[in-house]
Amino acid sequence: MKIPFEKLDKAFENRLRLQIMSVLVVNERYDFNSLKELLDASDGNLASHLKALEKEEYIMVHKSFLGRKPNTNYEATAKGKQAFKQHLDALEQIIKNQKTL
Amino acid sequence: MKENEIQDELTSIRSMMERSSKFISLSGLSGVLAGVYALIGAGVGYSIIYGSGGFFSYREYVMADVQRSPTNLYTLILVALTVLVASLITGIYLTLRKARQKGQNPWGRTSKQLLFNLAVPLVTGGALSLILISRGYFGIIASSTLIFYGLALVNASNITYKDVQYLGIIEIVLGLLAALLPGYGLLFWAVGFGVLHIVYGSIMYLKYDR
Repeated sequence: MKIPFEKLDKAFENRLRLQIMSVLVVNERYDFNSLKELLDASDGNLASHLKALEKEEYIMVHKSFLGRKPNTNYEATAKGKQAFKQHLDALEQIIKNQKTL
Repeated sequence: MKENEIQDELTSIRSMMERSSKFISLSGLSGVLAGVYALIGAGVGYSIIYGSGGFFSYREYVMADVQRSPTNLYTLILVALTVLVASLITGIYLTLRKARQKGQNPWGRTSKQLLFNLAVPLVTGGALSLILISRGYFGIIASSTLIFYGLALVNASNITYKDVQYLGIIEIVLGLLAALLPGYGLLFWAVGFGVLHIVYGSIMYLKYDR
């Protein structure tokens, strides 16, 4: 049986991106600082992966100000949720196939 | 990709989903202790109100005496506040300790959300109960505190352990029963805030704390 590796989303190859996406599918919105703390990532690293997800149109960015401090919130798009679900299904499929081998 | 790598991936996804949306550092032990404080408080309250007389007799007349001797009322409120403050201090201390062990930020997104969800029904219920006391409706206080506490728990349960929801529903049912049976308020109160907390705290402790 063919293993559907090609169904895995390239955008989720990186662990951090996958984790960002998992947070955004269960929470309506999440802000940059909370994400950073939760994922234990550096500013630059997190920002670049968020940028990549934004480019794929998997997430939306909302910028606002809390007092004088900038507050950036992220939200998963319908496209992003769909892609995340497909990626999970593919992972599951791979495990199932390997068990039957 | 190897199978265990994928399993790893799935585990990390699941853990992120939970940790980002739930505050899982509530301490079961603090529930047990809060229950113990409540029972002690109820015992003290009982001896103040019903110093003499049988356990199951209807005794609203004691409270009807409030106009003549308001001291009892103040002592009761003081006892209730002491129980509340002691429970809060214990709960906050043990939760902070558990959050530190689990590496979860005790003052982050999830804990703030949890507090907000708890506070709205609790503050409403507390204010309403104080208003009812000030207007002399003592018979309904046990019921109103139980019901609003239950609503607060149900409201908070989607941000922490699911089990909290069932505790909330039981508290609401107890509160409604207490409203049906005025005069036994203290008894329901002792069961709701004392016994149930001890039972639930023990379950939570065995399930999550070890």
